[in-house]
This record gives sequence, structure tokens and C-alpha cells, in this order.
Amino acid sequence: MSGFALEQSPTTGDEVITNYTINFGPQHPAAHGVLRMVMELDGEIIERIDPHVGLLHRGTEKLIEHKTYLQALPYFDRLDYCSPLAMEHSYVLAIEKLLNLEVPLRAQYLRVLFAELTRICNHMLNMGSHVMDVGAMTPNLWLFEIREDCLNFFERASGARMHAAWYRPGGVHQDVPLKLLTDIADWLDTRLPRLFEDAMSLVVDNRIFKQRNVDIAVVSKEDAVRWGFSGPMIRAAGIAWDIRKSQPYDVYDRMDFEIPVGTNSDCYDRFMVRVEEVRQSARIMKQCLAEMPEGPIASLDRKVVPPKRGEMKASMEALIHHFKLYTEGFHVPAGEVYVATESPKGEFGVYLVSDGSNKPYRCKIRPTAFSHLQAMDFMSKGHMLPDATAILGAIDVVFGECDR
Amino acid sequence: MPVVHSAPKYASNEGVLDALSAALGDMVVAAREEFGEIVITVARDRIEDALRELRDNHEYQQLMEIAGVDFPARAERFEVVYMLLSLTRNHRIIVKVTAAEDTPVPTVTTLWPVAGWLEREVFDLYGVIFAGNQDLRRILTDYGFEGHPFRKDFPLTGYVELRYSEEDKRVVYEPVELAQDLRSFDFMSPWEGADYVLPGDEKVDAPAPPPVAEPKTTEKPSQTGAGDKANALAADKQSAGAPAAKDGGAAAGAPAPTDSRPKPEDKA
Repeated sequence: MSGFALEQSPTTGDEVITNYTINFGPQHPAAHGVLRMVMELDGEIIERIDPHVGLLHRGTEKLIEHKTYLQALPYFDRLDYCSPLAMEHSYVLAIEKLLNLEVPLRAQYLRVLFAELTRICNHMLNMGSHVMDVGAMTPNLWLFEIREDCLNFFERASGARMHAAWYRPGGVHQDVPLKLLTDIADWLDTRLPRLFEDAMSLVVDNRIFKQRNVDIAVVSKEDAVRWGFSGPMIRAAGIAWDIRKSQPYDVYDRMDFEIPVGTNSDCYDRFMVRVEEVRQSARIMKQCLAEMPEGPIASLDRKVVPPKRGEMKASMEALIHHFKLYTEGFHVPAGEVYVATESPKGEFGVYLVSDGSNKPYRCKIRPTAFSHLQAMDFMSKGHMLPDATAILGAIDVVFGECDR
Repeated sequence: MPVVHSAPKYASNEGVLDALSAALGDMVVAAREEFGEIVITVARDRIEDALRELRDNHEYQQLMEIAGVDFPARAERFEVVYMLLSLTRNHRIIVKVTAAEDTPVPTVTTLWPVAGWLEREVFDLYGVIFAGNQDLRRILTDYGFEGHPFRKDFPLTGYVELRYSEEDKRVVYEPVELAQDLRSFDFMSPWEGADYVLPGDEKVDAPAPPPVAEPKTTEKPSQTGAGDKANALAADKQSAGAPAAKDGGAAAGAPAPTDSRPKPEDKA
């Protein structure tokens, strides 16, 4: 049999099966937004993934360079639109670090309270869509109930359901009514645990859910560090790293909470880390509500924080401050800082370069999803095509933030 | 100045700057601590060695971010800024190099695989070349995009805009067309060292105009300077007649005609 083709397929006689390449997205419901992944498949086994990001690139960082510090703030809501307040948090802290501005205690408590509410809100969306990506419908609907409650709380605090623009350099924009705080406390005691534990009881021990997630995309500790993982992704790998704990900002150093870590570093662990984080967030929120003092909700430094409306009617100085702050804005000392906070998705950082004027000279946003998504290729290698949706769901990627 | 802000507090910077400067030796170009951040500038061609030293011997295990910054006035206009995080020492430092458009920066993908996309991003947005990066494609901008949009001399609006063309049944690119110029307000106070001449101030130092020999008058229409055509029209022009009389003629409020003068109805 000389002259017979040397390259033989083990399965199909004479025919040689070559790898084929497909597009996953950019309009795929499991792509969590506009992600295009060029996948090279051997049958149903993923050989290579080349994620194409940037389809939602809006040049946010460039736009911020052309706005005053305060005008740039709402852009942060629109980065990760699933956890808007967490995005603002890094930015206002970066400004405050450059200004060395003290934030009143009540404002710090309010920020922590709403940052944790944001975390719950974000995890509801992520966990809901994750379970839906692997085939379960009901938990998603139940979790969206909770998310709806969260959005209602945001609306009552800031007037906006999603794009709150509520954290401001020096504090928060407006104080919250007492009724809102008591309603949040009631919600934490009754509705949240009931809905959440109900939904989780359907998922966490579900056979199909485990089959789809356990041992999928196992990442070693070394790889997690090398690939710049953060947030639930690095905690699932067994590294107890949480910026809220190790590098506390605002009043996180007064809070008593646990950091859940995974043991197996697979998609199931990532999911379960988030499940436990929701419980810990509720715990932090309860402490905030119990300990929150009375007092001002923003710095009284009138060169940064505008005065109250009522004050403006009586005081010429207040009127001038208001006018100057909303036209020229405040000037920030020349320098550079990198401030990273623990957003629900991981380390969200802002590298702020100031040239001493009223506009940021450069504002580099460190998205969480960018480095996680880069690891998509090595995490998916050798897995089946449907596993890609589970891996993607466990990364918790939102393209507003990834593409900026 | 005591620290009163509530930004993330990590391990103390005490002595870190000296220790790292000593460890990096002649690789260091400049090192400073400001706003609680340790910023070390290293020689461009030694960046890989410097970061390897920091990673392997000083426990900065994670590369969190690479940022580009553009300072067009400088000879080497770009800064490439590496944010390092130590998980074990709970500390952060910033390491940076400078680069020009034609001076490649050695890649650090050899140290951290995560640097691949981070370098691609800086290349895409600023045009900094990373020597040794195996996959230096554009990442955030559109397929077929030209230019490096985050450079300070790239306009905020860009050069092209796209729309769906009903005739061509596809998306077409066209030169950007603004109904109104993009407004960029200058907030620099003239009392705080604005480095430009305020409108009107340029007249202060300008030489005085020469005195006028003959003062200009406009006694005649030809002196108005409106041109020959207008002068000819002016010469032909009759004064407009009085408005046509209405019911008796007298305009409201005008004095009544006296008896010595002919009344309008007598004439008719």
C-alpha cells in the first residue's frame, strides 16, 4: 500500500477532518454583551480562542480628559453598568487621594453601604445569567427580583436606578431618608434571604449545574497570579485576597466579614464564592446600618464640595462657590495616583494623572474583565464548546467596562 | 501632611523607596514618593530586567495594569506605566519608562502573560511599539482603524464617522462633520499665569495708527463709500411723497388746516 496518505484520521477512513473556525458572537446571548470570539474547534473541542474586544469602545478615557473632574464622574456609571457605584468609588477615592480630602464618617458609611448593595445587585445579574447560560431559567427570574429591589433602593437614594452618579469627591451627593435605611434593613432581614436562599437551593446542589461547572476551567494559583486575576476569580483559586480586607478604604476596616475562597478553582467555585459574597455583603450592610452616625454627608471644604441650595439663597460666598464649582470645577494638585478598589468583579483601578488644572490629564481605567478575558484562551483549551459559556459566565464580564 | 483621605491603605512605604532604588541600581533613572505612591522611572531597555528583579526578589507578583500617557512637549513623548501589586507584602508600586514613537519598549510578556493585551492596548491607543510582543495587533479600536486615538494631538471627535447607508446597504465611513464646533472652554484664570494674550490685550503694545490728514465726512452720498451703484441710485432717488391722504387726509394728531389755506376737498 505504498502511496497511501500518511495523514490518517483515526475515525473516518479516508477523509481527513480539519479544524474549523467559528465566530462566537458578537451577537450571542451568552457572550454577555458584544464579545466576538474566534474559536478554532476540533469537532466540539476548543483548540484556540481569540477574543475580539473593543466593539463597545467609546473612548471614555479620552472623553474624561476633556471634562472637569466632576463632569467626568457619570462616565464611570456607564463603564460597568451592572455595578455603577463600585466604579465611581475608585474614581472619587483617587481624587480624594490627590486632594488629601477628608470624608465625613457618615458619608464613608453610606458609600460602603451602597457599595455592598451594588455588589449584591451585580452578583444577582451575574449568577442569574450564569445559571441561565448553563440551562436553568427559574433562578434567574428570582434573582432578578432581588436586583429590582436593589435598583429601587438606588433610585430612592439618588433618583436614578442605574446611573446614580451619587458618590462625589468629598462624600456623597445627597443624604438618604431614614425610611430608606429602615427599608433596607427590613429587606436584608426578610426578603433578600428568602428569595436568595430559595433560588440558591435550586442551583447549588443541582446535578446539571454541577455537571456543567465542576472541574471546568481549573486555574492554578500560579496562573491566577500570572494572569492578573482579581476578585472572585483569584479567590476561587484559593488565594484569600480581597482589597476590602487587605487595603481597606472608607470604613471597611471597621467591618467584620469573611473572605470566601475556593478549593478547586473551577467555574463552580467561582460561582460559590459569589454566593457567599452576597451573604457577607448583607452582613456588612447590617453593620453599616447599625453603626452609621449622624453628621454631614460630604466634606465641608467648599473649594471641592458645593454648598447646599438653601445656603446659596442667603450667602453670597456660597453662591460664588456654587458657581465656580459648576463652571470651572475644582483644581487638583499635580501628581499621579493609582487607586484600586474591590469592585464586585475584581480589582477596579483608576490611574489618575493630574497636571494641576481642573481636568484630569490622564485617567486610565483598569478594568477587571480585560485580564480575565485574556485568560479565556488558556482556560478554555481542551474544553467542549458549550463549556465556553460557563467559563464566560463565571468570569463575570461586562463590556462597558472591558472596552471602556 | 497627615493623611486624612480614605483611599485604600496598604503596607507602609517606609524604606521601600530606598530599598528598591538600591536593588535596581543603575537601572533607575528617577525615583520618588508622592501622594503615598512610589514611582520609579527606569531605563527603557532595562524594564524587563527591572520588573523581573521586582517580581522575583521583591515579591511584586502581579502586574495589574499598563497605562500609556502622552506628553507631546517632551522629547520622548510617551510614558508607559506599570502598576505592580505584591499580594504577600500587601504593597503597590508604579514603575515607568519613557518612549518615543520610534523607540520600542521591551515586552514583559516573558514575565507575565497578562502583559500581552495590556501592551496591545497601549500600542493601539498610543502607538508605542513593544519589541518582542508576539501579537501586537490593535485591540480596542475598530477593524482597519488608522491612527492612535489617545494621543493628545488626536482630536476628540476623530477623523471619520460612520453611518448605515441605505443606498449601499452597508455601513460607510465619512469624514466627520460637526454641526457645531466642539467647544473646549479655557478655565485658566488670567491672574494665575495664563500663557496667552487675552483678546484685546494685543493692542497694548501695537504701534499707534498714523494721524489722519483729512477727517472723513459724509456730507454727500458719494462720500459714504457705498460704491458707484449706490451713488447713482441715491442721485436718482426722490424723497418719498407724503403718505396718501385717508378720509380727509389729516394724519392723526396733526393740527387742523387753517381757513386761509385751501382745504383738500376744494382741490378735488
